Amino acid sequence: MTEKKFDIDNLAKLARINLSDSEKSKLEGHLGQILEYVELLSQIDTSDVKPTSHVLPLRNVCREDKVTPKDDTVNYLELAPQKDKGHYEVPQIIS
Amino acid sequence: MHRKTILQARDDLKNKKYSACELLEAIYNRIDSVEEKVRSYIHLSKELALEQAKEADARLASGDDAPLLGIPIALKDLICTKGSRTTCGSKILDNFVSPYDATVVKKLKEAGAVIIGKTNMDEFAMGSTTESSAYYPTANPWDLSRTPGGSSGGSAAAVAANECIAALGSDTGGSIRQPASFCGVTGLKPTYGRVSRFGLVAFASSFDQIGPVTKTVADAAYLSGIICGNDPMDSTSANVSVPDFMAGLEKNVKGLKVGLPKEYFSSGVDPEVLENVQNSIKALEKLGIEPVEIELPHTQYAVATYYILACAEASANLSRFDGVKYGFRSESSGDLNKMYTNTRQEGFGDEVKRRIILGAFALSSGYYDAYYIKGQKVRTLIKKDFDQAFEKCDFIAGPNSPVPAFKLNEKLNDPLQMYLSDIFTLSVNLAGLPGMSIPCGFTSQNLPVGLQLIGRPFDEETILNIGNQFQKETDFHKKFPNL
Repeated sequence: MTEKKFDIDNLAKLARINLSDSEKSKLEGHLGQILEYVELLSQIDTSDVKPTSHVLPLRNVCREDKVTPKDDTVNYLELAPQKDKGHYEVPQIIS
Repeated sequence: MHRKTILQARDDLKNKKYSACELLEAIYNRIDSVEEKVRSYIHLSKELALEQAKEADARLASGDDAPLLGIPIALKDLICTKGSRTTCGSKILDNFVSPYDATVVKKLKEAGAVIIGKTNMDEFAMGSTTESSAYYPTANPWDLSRTPGGSSGGSAAAVAANECIAALGSDTGGSIRQPASFCGVTGLKPTYGRVSRFGLVAFASSFDQIGPVTKTVADAAYLSGIICGNDPMDSTSANVSVPDFMAGLEKNVKGLKVGLPKEYFSSGVDPEVLENVQNSIKALEKLGIEPVEIELPHTQYAVATYYILACAEASANLSRFDGVKYGFRSESSGDLNKMYTNTRQEGFGDEVKRRIILGAFALSSGYYDAYYIKGQKVRTLIKKDFDQAFEKCDFIAGPNSPVPAFKLNEKLNDPLQMYLSDIFTLSVNLAGLPGMSIPCGFTSQNLPVGLQLIGRPFDEETILNIGNQFQKETDFHKKFPNL
């Protein structure tokens, strides 16, 4: 394996996923293997190549600014694991 | 009755050979008899389907001629359906019932289709075996010890096992075509932007595309005619007119040129797959199609490029699953951040976590240019390869997958090996092109082999035309597994 480039704890933090120790060690192995393979791309000189983020020429799509009478608040809120008085409920943010 | 294609069933319903309710009953009976072995579905919507079938019968009796009136169709379980679950094969969406229909579902319903259930898939469409489903793996109807491929493995297995008349899948790196090839059915990934993604749960937004999984190319053309088209609800859907795919099926193919990429006929391909594909190229030649050798020199970089870009997009897309607005929330208490991180730990499976983490890495400070931007630049080169190839040919043909269906559990602990098996399909998503897998033979172990046809952007018509002419000369698509 090439020199380790990633800090699994930091990546877990960025991804907002709690990982157990066994998950971390398994992921470290797989990630190391995948990144070693991805090194293949460094063989290609891309200094004059423009990046493609999207294959179609995307344009901004605007619709007419019309008020629609639809209010689905109740239906959407129904899906929430926890709600209270017409709002989403989450654990304490500032302790 | 369950063996019928869309076009056959449509004729039979019109001619009153059987009713939509009888056809639905035949399909559910078939599901009852084989589902224990195959497990194509995550859930069925019997009551809703029966209502739809009854309505279809009433409409048929009144002389209504809607294009899918009474036809039982299955949907991959990441296409939102109002009033029934959409799980994405994930624990995190186990109880999710979408408040709206995806645009494709709206179109299917308007066309009179009967939605029978939602098919199994790799969790969030991440995988090539349907084994990463949080529910259970699906088996390949041709050999129950093998995978049906993935991620639309449930849709392909359901079509192959005649548990539906046709199905929809989605394809981000080969997820319609690879399972179609493993299960011996037809699977089309239309050009990026051809089909609305509104109501398709996003994996990698610049790659994802919905498409048909069917028993014949003619059915794929028929279904495409219904689901394709611009949609104001999807800003990436292309404003390009949709041709009459059915009329295009019978065009004369004589004189067309098929590009054979030398990189796709290399030593890495299983010899039996190669042999079947080469025989089908000969069959194309008999139709008057001229083979030309082409080069797609950046093929070897496609897997690395795809996994960087698709995982980066996935890590952003899947940030919405946080236990607040819908889906699963972890019971373990704590502050907001703990709720997020525990919900995602408990709600996502291994493959999804792996791809989110890989994506987070490619987008993280210090690595963004070296990985994410580098990937986007190589994507440009891969697309250019195809642009140049299409100067010499009208469409491209080659093996869909380098190997036939894998054994269950074979690739579970070797993600890189699984990723590498998608080499021929994911280049097509990187370039946004239409691609289709059609049955083109069997190995000595009686496993189906798929031929991939790749078209120019927005030229599904040519590959459907070629595929249909091929199926007129061959009978691989008429074979069914013994279950």
